[in-house]
Parts: sequence; structure tokens; C-alpha cells
Amino acid sequence: MIEVHREICAYCGCCVSVCPEGALELVDAYLDIDANTCIECGICVRVCPLGALEAKK
Amino acid sequence: MKREYDVLVVGGGPGGAYAAKTFAEKGFSVLLTEKRPAIGAPVRCAEGVGKALLHEFFKPEDAWVAAEIDKANIIAPDGFKMELAPENAGSEVGYVLDRKIFDRDLIWQAAAAGAEIQVKTRAVSPLMENGAVKGAILHQGGVAHEVRAGLTIAADGVESKFSRWCGVDTTVPLREMETCAQYLLTGIDIDPHATEFYVGNSLAPAGYVWIFPKGDKTANVGVGIGGDRGKPGNRPIDYLNRFVQKHYPNGKTIELIAGGVSICQPLPCTVANSLMIVGDAARVSDPLTGGGIYAALYTGRLAGEVGAKALEKGDTSSNELMPYDKTWRGSYLGKALERNYQIKEVFVKMNDDDLNAIVHSVSKMNLSDFNTLNLIKNIITANPKLAIKFGKAGLKSFLDSF
Repeated sequence: MIEVHREICAYCGCCVSVCPEGALELVDAYLDIDANTCIECGICVRVCPLGALEAKK
Repeated sequence: MKREYDVLVVGGGPGGAYAAKTFAEKGFSVLLTEKRPAIGAPVRCAEGVGKALLHEFFKPEDAWVAAEIDKANIIAPDGFKMELAPENAGSEVGYVLDRKIFDRDLIWQAAAAGAEIQVKTRAVSPLMENGAVKGAILHQGGVAHEVRAGLTIAADGVESKFSRWCGVDTTVPLREMETCAQYLLTGIDIDPHATEFYVGNSLAPAGYVWIFPKGDKTANVGVGIGGDRGKPGNRPIDYLNRFVQKHYPNGKTIELIAGGVSICQPLPCTVANSLMIVGDAARVSDPLTGGGIYAALYTGRLAGEVGAKALEKGDTSSNELMPYDKTWRGSYLGKALERNYQIKEVFVKMNDDDLNAIVHSVSKMNLSDFNTLNLIKNIITANPKLAIKFGKAGLKSFLDSF
């Protein structure tokens, strides 16, 4: 699963647009990941400008 | 909030605000929703815009303008600095805005024109009926509201989720999502009227470092890199920290800004039945510079003009809305996007030797006759191997874009 490190995330939404499944949603000031839709491809982890996302086994 | 409007605008950035204002001025009932509690914040922008381009819409208020720019410097990987002076810097002569004030003033204008504005109100799904968008479900303060509209404008920025929910694929390929980090730095020694662009694969792979002044001793200093280039320890924030440590070790950071800008081609179609997509959501930010303010204003206004005609006719099918898509593609904006996409495709493949060669050769050119086509012709003549990177197809489509 993808974990959001909220203390690092600046809720910019960069990851939202690259998610092939539309599993990410920027709700005001926090990022929401729909675990049912996420395919754990890790694209969001790679694109994050701050390193706020982590793929956890 | 009413249950029905002529127009629903999703997103309160410049594109949404200008669309809302345009519709309201024509007498339509308009609701604009912004998911955040404040318009214009947090900023996700380097805030630069060409003067002539902004003047197409208004004479800027003093409070919008943080700095006036009269030249641009491009710094090659080997440290060589090339100056683009006023008479030949083209649209790079511009303003650095204060987006918090600018965006709010645009919303103010939309409100003054008669649009209703709702903040901290998020569209969570479209109302789809017979393949057409008939409004949206809006969440506000924990309550879901069903709001119907004759026409919906998706102006929800780089995330562009609303159109995706309507069945339009807005996904940006990883390598075409420029990922960026920026500090607002103060206490730094800069030329307050010059923007600076550093290129080089060790500073910003498939991107650049920018310094956009915001008055004396203060600037937006940022880094954008290709979305596929980031790695642990080499993310935009890491590149930015290294750059700042080297160039402005005594600078004080008064704001951290993160963000992504799409550098892909625009959506293949920016209308659907009763839906128009504007600004970053339509992927009309500039693939080379990353600039998107002008494109958002232009498409927002045009959506208002074309959408108004369709509403008056009582037919908001995608056929009736297509003039919007066709018009912006055929405009200065559409052509610039196409051309700059081709240049970007070459730029991201350049190694530091290529970049050095280009900056040096451009600095030797007679730029009295400066335009992008002449520039590219000169660059290719001076650096023939670059033509190979362009590729035949790329070169043809680039030349066709003029």
C-alpha cells in the first residue's frame, strides 16, 4: 500500500494527475488514497517533489 | 446555494474565475466552487507571465505585480551566462505576479459581475444523464448538495479529476509531469528586474532552475525536473536545497511551494456534452516554460463566449461547444503549445554538452531579428547534430506549427 507522510506532503496534487487509476484525490489540505482502486504501481511515489509518498509492502 | 444554475464552474483559479465572470456578465446564473477555504492559496506557481499577454485581458493592478521584468538570463551548465535583453526577449519580458492577490481579485471581479462563489466546497462527482454533464454533487461542510447546471466548466487545475469522472482521460504520463519545488527566498542579492534560468542535468534534469524576482532581495527560486527523473535524495526539493545552499546560503525561506505542471500535449478534445475544460485541467500549460496563467485566462474567457452562445441556443451538445476547442487550437496559444511541445521533446533529451553549445551559439547570434523560428534555424545550423535529436517527424511538425 502507499503511505502518505503527512508531515512531508505539501498537498500540491502533483501525484493526482499521474495516477493511472484515479486513486488519488486532493481533498482541500490532505491527500486521500483509495486503497480499493490503487494498483500500487508506485508512479505517485516517483513523481512527488518532496518524497512524501512511500510504497509499503 | 441554489439547486440549479445556468453554469457551474468547478475551480477558482484564473481559468475558472474568468469563465465565471464572462458568463455572469452575459446575464447567466453562475456558481463557482473552490474546494479550498481560500482563493489563491496555497500558491502552486512561479508567478511569471508575459506583459503583452496579460494586457490582452486587463491593465494589471499595482497590487498584483510583485516585480516588472525587463530581461532574462540563461545560464548554461558550464556557467556561461547569456542575456536576453528587452528588444529580443519576446514574451519573457513580463511580470512576476502575487498570485494570492491576483487570483482573489479575479474572483472578486467574477462576484461583482454576478457570479455566486462557494469556498471549501468540493465537487465529488458529476451528474451524468444520457451521456451529458448536468451539474455535480458538491460537498460543503459535511453536507452533499445536488446542483444542476445547463453547462459545467471543469477548471480544477492540474489534478483535473472532474473531467476524468466525466469519462475524459486526463492522466498525464509520468515523464510529462514536471515536478517542482520552490522557495520564496528573501535577503538575497539579485537583479530585481531580471529572471534567471539555469539549465543542466546536474541542476535540473529535463527541467530548469528559475529565479523570478518578487521585489528587492526577494525571489521565487525553484526547480522543476522531469517526473521520471526523481529518486530518493534527488527529488525536486533536494535539487532546490543544493542550489540554494550553493548560490544563496544566507537566503531566508519565507514560503515553501510544491507543485506539478503538465508538459504533455493538450487533451485531444476539450469539450464533451455540456462540459468544457479550461486551463491546466485541459493540459494547456506551456510544455517548454510551464507557464499556464495566460492559457487559463484565454481558455476561461473563450469558454464563456462559446458556452454563452450554446446556452442561448438551448443546445450544449459537444458539437455546439466544439468551436471553443477549434478556436483555441487555431489561436496564438494553440500554435505556441504545439511548437513548444516539439522544442521540449528535444530539450529533455539534451546532455550538458548540447545545452552548452546552444547557449553559446545563441549568444553569438544577431538577435535583431529574434523570433523562435529564426532562433531554431540558427541553433540547428550551428549545432547540426541537434537536428538528429529533433527527428524528421518532429522537425516537420515543428515547422508546420508556424
